[in-house]
Amino acid sequence: MKGAAILQLEAGPRTREAVDGFFATHSFPIVDGSSITFVWRGEAEAIHLKHWVFGLPSSQQLGRVEGTDVWYLTLQLPPGSRVEYKLEVVRNGHGEWMQDPLNGNVARDPFGGNSVAHGTGYEIPSWIHYDPTAAKGHRDEIWIESKTFGRRGFGLYIPSRFQRNRQYPLLVVHDGHDYLRYASMDTILDNLIDRLEIADAIVVFTSSPDRLHEYADDPLHAKFLVEELVPYVERLFPLDSQPQSRCLMGASFGAVATLSTAHRYPGFFGKLLLQSGSFAFTDIGDRNHRGPLFDPVVAFINRFRADPAPVSERVFVSCGMYESLIYENRSMVPLLLSTGMDVRYVEARDGHNWENWRDRLREGLSWLMPGPFLHVYE
Amino acid sequence: MHTGTIVLLGPQGTTPDVATAIAELDIRGRVALIRAGYQERESDDAVMLATLGVPAVNLCLHARSVQVFRDDAEFTAAYQARQQRLRHIQAFYRVRLDKIEDAAKTVSVRYVDADLLGQEEKVSVDQFRHIDADHIERCNDLRAAFGARWRFLERSVIARHREELRKELETCEAIVIAGGHVASLLNRLALFDVLGLAIGKPIVAWSAGAMVLADRIVLFHDFPPYGSDIAQVLDAGFGLVPKLVLLPDPRRRVNLDAHAGIQRFARRMAPATCVAMDHGARILFESGKITRAIGARLTTSGDVERDWDGSAGRFSSPFLRGVPK
Repeated sequence: MKGAAILQLEAGPRTREAVDGFFATHSFPIVDGSSITFVWRGEAEAIHLKHWVFGLPSSQQLGRVEGTDVWYLTLQLPPGSRVEYKLEVVRNGHGEWMQDPLNGNVARDPFGGNSVAHGTGYEIPSWIHYDPTAAKGHRDEIWIESKTFGRRGFGLYIPSRFQRNRQYPLLVVHDGHDYLRYASMDTILDNLIDRLEIADAIVVFTSSPDRLHEYADDPLHAKFLVEELVPYVERLFPLDSQPQSRCLMGASFGAVATLSTAHRYPGFFGKLLLQSGSFAFTDIGDRNHRGPLFDPVVAFINRFRADPAPVSERVFVSCGMYESLIYENRSMVPLLLSTGMDVRYVEARDGHNWENWRDRLREGLSWLMPGPFLHVYE
Repeated sequence: MHTGTIVLLGPQGTTPDVATAIAELDIRGRVALIRAGYQERESDDAVMLATLGVPAVNLCLHARSVQVFRDDAEFTAAYQARQQRLRHIQAFYRVRLDKIEDAAKTVSVRYVDADLLGQEEKVSVDQFRHIDADHIERCNDLRAAFGARWRFLERSVIARHREELRKELETCEAIVIAGGHVASLLNRLALFDVLGLAIGKPIVAWSAGAMVLADRIVLFHDFPPYGSDIAQVLDAGFGLVPKLVLLPDPRRRVNLDAHAGIQRFARRMAPATCVAMDHGARILFESGKITRAIGARLTTSGDVERDWDGSAGRFSSPFLRGVPK
C-alpha cells in the first residue's frame, strides 16, 4: 500500500532535486484522509516503524523508493487517531530507536519521548495550553511523616480563588508528578477552573518510589491515603469531608490503586477517575500472561469480578482503543454498572500514554467534579 | 404580591442595554443593584454601575450573607445542612432524570406503529413532568420547614441587615438584578427576603437575575464539557413572572437545531412558555402579564419562533394530559 504522495514521487524523476522538492512541500508524517505515510530519508540497511498500537504488528518495515534515499510506510489510520511512535534505523546490523526527525510533534513520558502522528480529525485540545487570561492556582510541595511509608513528599494545587471561609473538594492524583510533567495537569486545572468547568478544588499529587508494588492492591497504600494523607490535608485546608467531595484518580497501575483503595475503604472517595486501568484478570485459573508484577492485580480484579460491590458513587472510566488493556477496561464497565454506581465510559483512538490521559481530563473531571458552569448565567 | 413593572433582559455582554430598559421605564433616580450572583466578585461593580445610566447602590447581599454566616454560628450550621440536603436531593433527582431519559430513548426505537410510539413519547414526557414537579415540591417543603423552624428573618443579624436594606430600598426607585450564579442569587435574595422589602418597585433583571423571578429555575446546557446533559429544574423561583421558563444565552447553551430535543423540552415545561433570551431579548411584565416581548420561543412542536412578541403560545401537543390548552 502506498500513499498518493509516494505514488507521485515515484512517478516523477527520482533526482536529488525532485526528492528535495518532495520534502520541502510536505509535512510529515503525511496524512491523507484515513491513510498516514511515515517517511524517513537517508542511508540505512532498514528502517522500522515502532509503535504501541495494539492490534497492529508493533514493528513494521519501511519500503524504499527505488533509486532514492526515501523510505516510507503507509498505514490506514481511522479518523481521530493519535499514535505515538519511533523509528528504528538499522546500520551495520545495529538498530537505533529515534524520534522521527521530520516530525516536530513529540510527546514526553518517563522513558523520554515519542514522535506523535495525528490522524485526520484529531486536534490537540485548546484547554491544555497555557492561557494568560486564566487565573493561576498556587503550586506547592509538602512533606508528610507517614507511619506507613516514612517521609513522603506530595504536590499541592490550591485554586486561585481559594478562601479560608469556603469548603473545598479534594482530588488525589496517583502518579501526580507525572501528571504534572507529562499531562500539563496544573495548566489544565487553571484553565478548567477558570472556565467554571471543574470545581475549585484542592489537588494532591502523590508519587510512589515503588509504584508497581504499592499500586498493585497493596493494603498499606490504601491505608496511607485514607488514614494518613487525606486527614493530613484536611488539617491543612478547609475541605468538605463528605464522600461526594472526594475524588481519587490514576492511570494504568494508578487506576488499579484507585479502585483498590476504594474497594478497601468503600464510600470514602465518592468519585473515581480510572484511566487505562491495568485491570488484568483471568476467567479461569490465576495465571496471567503479563508477568508476576500483575499477580496481585489479577488476584484483586478476580475477587472484584466475583463479587462486584459499590465502592464509590461516580466512576469515570477511559481507555484508548489502541491499548492492550482495552479488553480489560471494556470488561470492567458492565461490572461497575451492575453495582449501581453511576458510571461513564469513554474510548479514544489513542494508546497507553500520558497525552491520551491528558486529553480525557476535561471530560472526566468536569463530570466528576463539575464547576458552576451549569449555574452561572451572566 | 409584587405588582410593579418587571423587565427581563438577555445577557448584557459588552454592549449592555440595561440603561435603555431603565430609561424606558422613566426611571431617573437611584436604583438598587443586586450582584449577589457574582459572589466574591460582587463588589467589583464599577463597570456595571456605569452602564446603568442612573445613580445606583450595590446592596451587597453576598457580603451581607458572609457576615451572617460568620456571626450566627448556630443558624449557619443549620443553613449549611439544609443546603447540603438540597444538593443531595438535586443529585438524586438528576439520577432519576437520566433513567427516564434512557427509558424514553429505549422505547422510542422500538419497531411498533407510529401512533403507539407517539403515545409512549407522551408517557415519557409525563414522567419528566412528574419528577420535575416532585422535585420542586420537595425543595419547597424543605425550605418551608427550614423557615418555620428557624424563623430566620427574625434572627438578630439578619433582621439588622434587613433593616439596613429596607432603608436603602426606600431611597431607590427600582431594583436591578444582575446575572451570575443563579443558586447563589436565589439564596441571598431569599435569606434577606429582599423582594418582600421592595413590593411594587419596578424590577429590571437579566440572565440569572431574570431566572430567579420565574416560578421554576431550569438549568440547561446542551454542550457541557462532559458531552451531553439533560435540562434540570434547580428549584422554585420567586414566581413574579409566572409560566415562563427563561433560557439565557441560548447561542452558547442551546442546540436550537435539535428539533426533537426542543419539542420534548417545551412539552415537558408546558404550559409554561420557554423563551430563549440572547443579548437584546426583552420581556415586559405589567400588572402580572406580558405586554411586550422580543425573544425566541421554543414551541411544543419543536420549532423555534424567533420573532416571538410575547403573545401566548398555543399548546401544540394533543397528547399531553392534564395540561390546559
